[in-house]
Amino acid sequence: MARLSVENVSVTYGGKRGPVKALADVSVEVASGEIVVALGASGCGKSTLLGLMAGFLKPTAGAVQVDGVPIAGPGTDRAVVFQDDALMPWLSAEDNVAFGLQMRGFKQAERRAAAREMLAQVGLEGFAGHAIHEMSGGMRQRVGLARALAVKPDFLLMDEPLGALDELTRERMQMLILNLWQRSGKGIFLITHSIEEALFMASELVLLSPRPGRIVQRYQTGFARRFIAGEPVRAIKADPQFVAMREELANAILASEENEVTHVG
Amino acid sequence: MSVERDSGATGGHAWATLASLGVVLALWWGVTASGLIAPLFLPGPGEVLVRLLDLAQHGFVGASLLQHTGASLARVGLAMLFAVITAVPVGMAMGLYPKVNAALDPLIEFYRPVPPLAYLPLMVIWFGIGETTKILLIFLAIFAPLAIATASGVRRVDPNRIRAAQSLGASRDQIAWLVIFPSALPDILTGLRIALGVGWSTLVAAELVAATRGLGFMVQSASQMLVTDVVVAGILVIALIALAIELVLRWVERRFAGWAGQG
Repeated sequence: MARLSVENVSVTYGGKRGPVKALADVSVEVASGEIVVALGASGCGKSTLLGLMAGFLKPTAGAVQVDGVPIAGPGTDRAVVFQDDALMPWLSAEDNVAFGLQMRGFKQAERRAAAREMLAQVGLEGFAGHAIHEMSGGMRQRVGLARALAVKPDFLLMDEPLGALDELTRERMQMLILNLWQRSGKGIFLITHSIEEALFMASELVLLSPRPGRIVQRYQTGFARRFIAGEPVRAIKADPQFVAMREELANAILASEENEVTHVG
Repeated sequence: MSVERDSGATGGHAWATLASLGVVLALWWGVTASGLIAPLFLPGPGEVLVRLLDLAQHGFVGASLLQHTGASLARVGLAMLFAVITAVPVGMAMGLYPKVNAALDPLIEFYRPVPPLAYLPLMVIWFGIGETTKILLIFLAIFAPLAIATASGVRRVDPNRIRAAQSLGASRDQIAWLVIFPSALPDILTGLRIALGVGWSTLVAAELVAATRGLGFMVQSASQMLVTDVVVAGILVIALIALAIELVLRWVERRFAGWAGQG
């Protein structure tokens, strides 16, 4: 059981026209077995929040901790999946998945076995020797996912991992991630700008609003667990409760943007 | 042309390449065989071919064609080796650390635009007309474009690729050599291809001035003795070697950086 917590964090960038506040007093917690989804329009600081958790950047104020210990930087306990896959295109799918193990000095045979197992987990058995450029966007994201899982992290941090995929691939990937989540019991933090995706995948949903990025609403949602319990994805997404919440979220986003307009005006 | 894929001379347009070569050859043969141009100014293709075979067997000015070619190639090869060993790490450091870049960029940009033949006399004064001067000259010609290409390749690396490696537990050195270097490799190889083109022409020019062996020296000596067919044969060999270097490096690019530019 591990706990990744962001406590009262603010981030201010030095911009050309004075400091820009990217995040203001944000608190989020991701525990093992939870899937926290951050939803918000662009510019609301979602990626900054993920960058803090990953250790790519430091907070201006507040603390980011794992089990009460402040994080010192990026680490294999918090693996990251990127929207633009960020794979090494000169390596095969297998070598990409084994990259983290190679960095830690595992022997070739061990790396190979682990990489094949991870590829199988994301449904890519038989693609070990494929070059990255031979794979579709969805397959590349699966390789990215397998690469992150291969280092056995406690947390998976996913920065709009499905943003560039077509609708059908996207839904298949949502189901894959939820299945992996259930099997591994890891804590997942996922960023998206799709309301439906957020609602379907979250155990906890935080709604962010831009300028400065802050959390305006938190929802405990049960749709991800209903999918894990065996309910079909189409039935869940057509559930009147799901549809009603989707509308509520859309309104909440709209309202927060109108607020912003009146602030500025 | 906008719809057609550019397949180069090897694709479906080989006939155009062959045709243009054929026209040039025919013109060359025509103006020489008809006596329009005297052999002293331009010997015919047949004479040049005969001379080329003779050069291969008997040589010219004390060395065979193979020895002249070998001398030139050895100089370029050594210079390239030293340049790769030094310019790639220097370029990496320039791309990674703005401070290193600020320190070295002015020096490189200062000497880079100066034609090597302009500072050749100075190098002859310093190092004599031996091998050091020629290898150093060609090294300098290759170093600048290679270091600059490496630095710009390093700067273009996708930051997320570096972040991904960091969160997969890679150390600084591992990120430099297992992520940044391979990412920049396509740019480095393109830089090397351009640099070697410059280097080869510089070398041949240097041999015109200060050498006792080499293709440039052979052409220069023949010109002083008015042996025009050796001059033309030498130029052909120089051009063919430049072409061969280009083709080899293109193959290296495809082999080691073929992933770049593919989906």
